Amino acid sequence: MTGRQLITETQNTWCPGCGNFSIQFALKGVLETMEKEGKSLDEVVLVTGIGCHGKMSDYLNINTFSSLHGRAIPAATAIKLANPDLTVICCSGDGDSYAEGLDHLIFAAKRNIDITMIVHNNRVYGLTTGQYTPTSPLGFRGKSTPKGTIEYPFNPVELMLASGATYVARGYTKKMDQLKKLVLGGVGHKGFAFIDTLQICAIFFPATDYYTPRVYDLPETETGDFESACVKGREWDYNSDAKIALGVFYQETLPTLGERGASSPIAQPAREEAVRDFLASRT
Amino acid sequence: MDEISVLIGGKAGDGINNAGAMVAQLLNRMGYRIYLYFDYPSLIRGGHNFAIVRGSDQYIAGHRNRADFVLALNKETIDRHREKYSHETVIIFNADQMKLPGNGISVKAILSEEKAPEIMGNSAMIGAFAKAAGIEWSKVEEVFRVHMPKAPDLNLRVARKGYDVQVQIRAIGRGDNRPVALLTGNEAIGLGLVRGGLETYLSYPMTPSSSLLHFLAEQEDRFGLMVVHPENEIGVVIMALGFTYAGKRVAVGTSGGGFCLMTEGLSFAGMAELPVVFVVSQRTGPSTGLPTYTGQSELDFVRSAGQGEFPRFIVAPSDAQEALYWSAVAMNMAWKFQLPAFILPDKTLSEGTYSVDTSAVPEVPCETSPMWDGAGTYGRYTDTPSGVSPLAFPGRQGAVIKVDSYAHDESGNTTEEAEIVEMMAGKRLRKGEMLAREMEGYATVVVSGDPESGTALLCWGSTKGACDEVGARLGLRVVRPVVLTPFPADQLKRSLEGADHLIVVEENATAQLASLALLHGIAAEKKILRFDGRPFTQDDLLEKVQEAIA
Ligand SMILES: Cc1ncc(C[n+]2csc(CCOP(=O)(O)OP(=O)(O)O)c2C)c(N)n1
Ligand code: SF4
Ligand SMILES: [Mg+2]
Repeated sequence: MTGRQLITETQNTWCPGCGNFSIQFALKGVLETMEKEGKSLDEVVLVTGIGCHGKMSDYLNINTFSSLHGRAIPAATAIKLANPDLTVICCSGDGDSYAEGLDHLIFAAKRNIDITMIVHNNRVYGLTTGQYTPTSPLGFRGKSTPKGTIEYPFNPVELMLASGATYVARGYTKKMDQLKKLVLGGVGHKGFAFIDTLQICAIFFPATDYYTPRVYDLPETETGDFESACVKGREWDYNSDAKIALGVFYQETLPTLGERGASSPIAQPAREEAVRDFLASRT
Repeated sequence: MDEISVLIGGKAGDGINNAGAMVAQLLNRMGYRIYLYFDYPSLIRGGHNFAIVRGSDQYIAGHRNRADFVLALNKETIDRHREKYSHETVIIFNADQMKLPGNGISVKAILSEEKAPEIMGNSAMIGAFAKAAGIEWSKVEEVFRVHMPKAPDLNLRVARKGYDVQVQIRAIGRGDNRPVALLTGNEAIGLGLVRGGLETYLSYPMTPSSSLLHFLAEQEDRFGLMVVHPENEIGVVIMALGFTYAGKRVAVGTSGGGFCLMTEGLSFAGMAELPVVFVVSQRTGPSTGLPTYTGQSELDFVRSAGQGEFPRFIVAPSDAQEALYWSAVAMNMAWKFQLPAFILPDKTLSEGTYSVDTSAVPEVPCETSPMWDGAGTYGRYTDTPSGVSPLAFPGRQGAVIKVDSYAHDESGNTTEEAEIVEMMAGKRLRKGEMLAREMEGYATVVVSGDPESGTALLCWGSTKGACDEVGARLGLRVVRPVVLTPFPADQLKRSLEGADHLIVVEENATAQLASLALLHGIAAEKKILRFDGRPFTQDDLLEKVQEAIA
């Protein structure tokens, strides 16, 4: 299907000022670029989790798989394994993939499955109206932690580097052009591409005034050195005050899960034959 | 009935299961129908393992509390199973392990003469058994050549030594049956799924389902499968849904504990109308329970698991032959009606070995839902009279395929509109009604024993082995629903016509089938229940049934 309207007619319910709009436009741009480059959008699948971010699947007029809370990655992994010709993109939340579905995220990196993962990291549970997440800063007062959290956040960039992700980047919803480039880079990357996206939540975590003066762009070269990627990744720990790097921390090309585990399907009549052979071997 | 039971016992790690399989193949070639029961605790080394290989001139699906021959690799085997021995029992033992009068085989000496490793000691015992039972050497040779997984020549030399030092004691008769395939229940389920078009199998190891994972992984290339072992059961089920969305016929396997983790994915499959086959092999619960022992306590759980209301298919095959057939049907039903389908075996079936007469297993042509014809705008959940929407898979030109765990409209976009929510719930339930109608064309209830008897045993799953034999001995009717959801109330009522006394036999503590039958107005008068992790044998069941009808 070419020249399609990319935005559905479904009524958009994100709050005014929500960073999800920027991610949506970045994605729309990515899709347009892909189509211009000759990729059929019929071969793109978007997999989403549950949260404000998850509504992306209702708003984009492409193949979508709206999964359960925390479970975007297993579905995305399977879709890619089932049909390697598909381009599979995930939109997930920080509650979604850093809390409920953390195990899957780490395994996706470990397996180097060729999918692109955008985490809408608003550092809060948006849809359930404002509880802390694994990336909320220490002392964050959410509805479940009115006296302030007593846990440090973890650093997803560092976590993904340690887990074996082969494309690790950070974007910011106030820098849409860069975000589009990072997602395109992820889609073009053969392997697990992870983009932690600092997403403004206008209601429960309006952090523009914090992020904007602190962000700076990483140089676009020099992404192949793991040690310096780790150093850059640790510069800001999602808690204490520091400069916040945006861009690609690390990129490396390694065999992907699908390439390693390729199986060759057999047509049904030949399988019947194979079953008969097997039964004979047990006689 | 002409029959023979051979008990093989030793420590965990002694290769008892493999020795049992070899003896089973010997008896297969002697014209017997086979059932092999394997009993082992949940540990890797030490502990007592035993196998009972039963051969009969008629079809069987259960073992007995008796042994005509014993192959004792250790002393414990002799001490533990005394109640199974009679004065006629022939005991062949490893003389290195115990000092006893009788048929001691010096396994160590044989192994050192042949410079064979310790693990081959069982071959000496099997050779000795063959001689004692009057089985000609050529049969031993044939079985070792075909079925010994490693080093058949050396194993045969070891077996020959055992054969030569032993004398013939009790020549077993020869049955009239031609040899057939011997399969475990899990192998039969795997083959049935393959016949049903299985393309991808996903599982996280959990006894007694693990051997299905191992079997399909080992046979991946032969059957052109993709076998995946993900990070946990949540990963298993959600990946399965991803595969099925992309058009692959998929099954997952687990036991009760792993299935607990799959329930959110099950409900998603129900809501999103994604076909997937669940193999839930029951073990003794609750919780971690008895990992390597049997039970039938997941019927209620599997029937009602998952939030919300959606149709499902549940079949409980009783033996390998039924598993081969119904597993293919389960795959078809999942795809024809786009819903979750369950195969519900237990440890007894999953890990027991059975004779399978494949000529008696009907062909199961592959069935699926209609594919989208390409006209108009595609809607993944387009409403139809049957409730079944045409399918398209991502990559299909011109289709936008949206699958959703939220309540959704026909296009697959989320909605909270009351009218659409109700309409879509109706669409899903209608598929359940279609499935129930479809099942009227299948033999969902099996009757054996004396169909005229006024007393009937009501059972399900693997207990049919014991029930059928007790039914035959006492002249009772045995009635067994194979399909449990949709519940075949009409077929069951017809099968029970004229049976005034109904005795339910189940391996659980609360008589779950009896409760289910009661919902449909079928009341069991008496309940014979066992829930110690061990399967009924016809011997202990006979006593209980005699008490019940006295
Ligand atoms: C198993 C399960 N637990 C809890 C919920 C409720 N729930 C819905 S969204 C959500 C949190 C969403 O937070 P996040 O992933 O950060 O997404 P955001 O709304 O911030 O985009 C929760 C807990 C659910 N849907 N499923
Ligand atoms: S709650 Fe926050 S994340 Fe959710 S839509 Fe509103 S602004 Fe966006
Ligand atoms: Mg969030």
